[in-house]
Amino acid sequence: MPQAYAITDHTFDVVVVGAGGAGLRATFGMAERGLKTACITKVFPTRSHTVAAQGGISAALGNMGEDDWRFHMYDTVKGSDWLGDQDAIEYMCREAPAAVVELEHYGVPFSRTPEGKIYQRAFGGMTTHFGKGQAQRTCAAADRTGHAILHTLYQQSLRFDAQFFIEYFVLDLIMENGECRGVVAWCLDDGKIHRFRAKLVVLATGGYGRAYFSATSAHTCTGDGGGMVLRAGLPLQDMEFVQFHPTGIYGSGCLITEGARGEGGILRNSNGEAFMERYAPSAKDLASRDVVSRAMTIEIREGRGVGPNKDHIFLHLEHLDPKILHERLPGISESAKVFAGVDVTKQPIPVLPTVHYNMGGIPTNYHGEVVTLKDGNPDHVIPGLMAIGEAACVSVHGANRLGSNSLIDLVVFGRAAAIRAAEIVKPGEAQKDLAKDSAEPALTRFDNIRNAKGGTPTSAIRGKMQRVMQNNCAVFRTGEVLEEGKQLIAEVWQAWGDVGVTDRSMIFNTDLMETLELDNLLRQALVTMNGAANRQESRGAHAREDFAERDDETWMKHTLAWADEAGTVTLDYRPVHTYTLTDEIEYITPRPRVY
Amino acid sequence: MVEFALPKNSKVGTGKSVKAPSGSKRVKAFKVYRYDPDSGKNPTLDTFEVDLDQCGPMVLDALIKIKNEVDSSLTFRRSCREGVCGSCAMNIDGGNTLACTKAIEDVSGEVKIYPLPHMPVVKDLVPDLTHFYAQYASIKPWMQTETPAPTRERLQSKEDREKLDGLYECILCACCSTSCPSYWWNGDRYLGPAILLQAYRWLVDTRDEGTGERLDNLEDPFRLYRCHTIMNCTNTCPKGLNPAKAIASIKQMMVERRG
Repeated sequence: MPQAYAITDHTFDVVVVGAGGAGLRATFGMAERGLKTACITKVFPTRSHTVAAQGGISAALGNMGEDDWRFHMYDTVKGSDWLGDQDAIEYMCREAPAAVVELEHYGVPFSRTPEGKIYQRAFGGMTTHFGKGQAQRTCAAADRTGHAILHTLYQQSLRFDAQFFIEYFVLDLIMENGECRGVVAWCLDDGKIHRFRAKLVVLATGGYGRAYFSATSAHTCTGDGGGMVLRAGLPLQDMEFVQFHPTGIYGSGCLITEGARGEGGILRNSNGEAFMERYAPSAKDLASRDVVSRAMTIEIREGRGVGPNKDHIFLHLEHLDPKILHERLPGISESAKVFAGVDVTKQPIPVLPTVHYNMGGIPTNYHGEVVTLKDGNPDHVIPGLMAIGEAACVSVHGANRLGSNSLIDLVVFGRAAAIRAAEIVKPGEAQKDLAKDSAEPALTRFDNIRNAKGGTPTSAIRGKMQRVMQNNCAVFRTGEVLEEGKQLIAEVWQAWGDVGVTDRSMIFNTDLMETLELDNLLRQALVTMNGAANRQESRGAHAREDFAERDDETWMKHTLAWADEAGTVTLDYRPVHTYTLTDEIEYITPRPRVY
Repeated sequence: MVEFALPKNSKVGTGKSVKAPSGSKRVKAFKVYRYDPDSGKNPTLDTFEVDLDQCGPMVLDALIKIKNEVDSSLTFRRSCREGVCGSCAMNIDGGNTLACTKAIEDVSGEVKIYPLPHMPVVKDLVPDLTHFYAQYASIKPWMQTETPAPTRERLQSKEDREKLDGLYECILCACCSTSCPSYWWNGDRYLGPAILLQAYRWLVDTRDEGTGERLDNLEDPFRLYRCHTIMNCTNTCPKGLNPAKAIASIKQMMVERRG
């Protein structure tokens, strides 16, 4: 190593990486159970991207009419296009009502019904009686539900004795004989390097939306945990499934919640036609997100887009009562004003399908434990490593996530991870010493990047990657375009070898941090493109024009993808769990997915 | 006679100047505060000219463009870019606001950008908010109840829930607190508008049962009563909230409980 870095050592029972909804719920759940817990986060907790979730959190509370967690489960399975693991989906939907009541007890300022109960709104793909009626299942705090939940979870975490390491950037996992022993992190504030030894590392690092040019995701959504896992020689799962949210604001990509349609908003093309009626006669504008995004793309492609270039769609809210807009959709009314110059009580919002969520991620079981395929066992648990939230692929969302199922995923599996951690880790349990050079691989990589003197700035390589992903791995895909995408993204990986960093400082060096984040993004872009080219069927968000049908016989399986330092991607598979957790519900057999 | 002088290292010098590419038609100058903690030298004001035809509409777009294309060492916090995370709070054109929702065209002439005022600076536009966050924790900003929780949600009428509107939306960006002269002088002990707004959020939540203790904790010449209704907080809040009113309401609660 060219430069010796002084290392500060820490020992904890558990280290959680990330302080969004999942990370915070896990952190205080573990501290509550007496485990000495650290939470390491690259941003102050309330800056995490959970804050931007708008519409709500799903749970079959039945406050607005009849509901049952089994209906929720059916919808989630159907939404996942039968790629979701039904044991995990059952766990999530069954635990959801208690998890939301718990949030209310913590103080989340939910909107209320006239009886004073939690207000619930309609959302895409959420039905009653197994597809027969429209459910109102999505619990809302106006259209700022993520903000309300994230702040509440941070407030709760202040009650407990967890130690926060804020504005620390985790560089890599410390792996030893197939076991995770801790992490190496860089403190932005003073530039020091820290090594954390722990019985358990929980990755709650979120999605990698910024691999694309236009995303609703925050600048910080760079999937750092996914990058660490790939570098540790472990696979990611189902990365080809990237959700496009139907209503990102045209231009800026800022999110307009699905709740806008849940409250009665309608999408119209240049003829003024409410075109969703043609694509989803029964659910219409509240069909699943993949269905709506495809319909919008077809409308634009066939010349019925709006605007001077006919390249977007209008979302109309002006027929709704201004009082309702003010009470239930104040946040997006403000966003539409600021980012599109639109008064929603008078004008439609220009929108476009925009990258929003990664169904894929680090494969786990429903306890949050990271699994891999090893010696023929598809459920081999990696000791010492967990993943939760968008970073993980449990898989509850399969090939397409339903709106409002991500917030519930965060709290249910954040809590599940805490419960599991308390079962497998004893507070203060002795830990073997780490090898002296255990931080060296992470620091060598760090030092190489810090001193990278290549001719291409980080922003140029990142821009190239984002355009390749946007052009070659979009809403509709074909073999030809994906093969070209594989070639192009491999070229970006080559260009990465020529990256240049200009700021060499250790203190709050965001040039270096963005470059480290690009490393994480780029590896995930590679496996995403390769996984998409490989999957010769259409399922959920993965729509192949050359393979337009779902093919359960060949493809009802999870993709596993490894990427090595040369940028070579290796693929394999894990079976989908075609069984439930209990006998309170039977396995939901695959059927055609019509809305 | 007491002599007031600013510390030597607070004097801002003139920094470098970078011209817009030739052929640019709509050029705007951005004057950006720079501080390099490694050199320890006095801060400077760097000038970057940006072609607005090649730039997004917000001040954050310009900062990102400068970082991407001109000077990758330019340092600032940012995340959601839609006004909900509170990361990119800074002083733009003389007022504290979020760079991501501040339109460039709303600034006439040069766009001057400084870190949030009167906070220690880590680097460039990044202030150290450690003390601000510690003050937040000090008000115990979580639900406090004696009554055992019901098995279902606690009921709250729509009217009672409405009392939280204008309070729960706070994003902890610190624009208000760092615009408050009282907080500049006594920020070590005065909680400042952001934290007091949060304190009031819990005082008026009908589900919370910690009111007495919360008021006891605020009954202090510094923590609460350093608010002199200057109103900078309310004028500057990028979310349109009214911390000054929340503080006035706390003071009123104090009076009322004395009977």
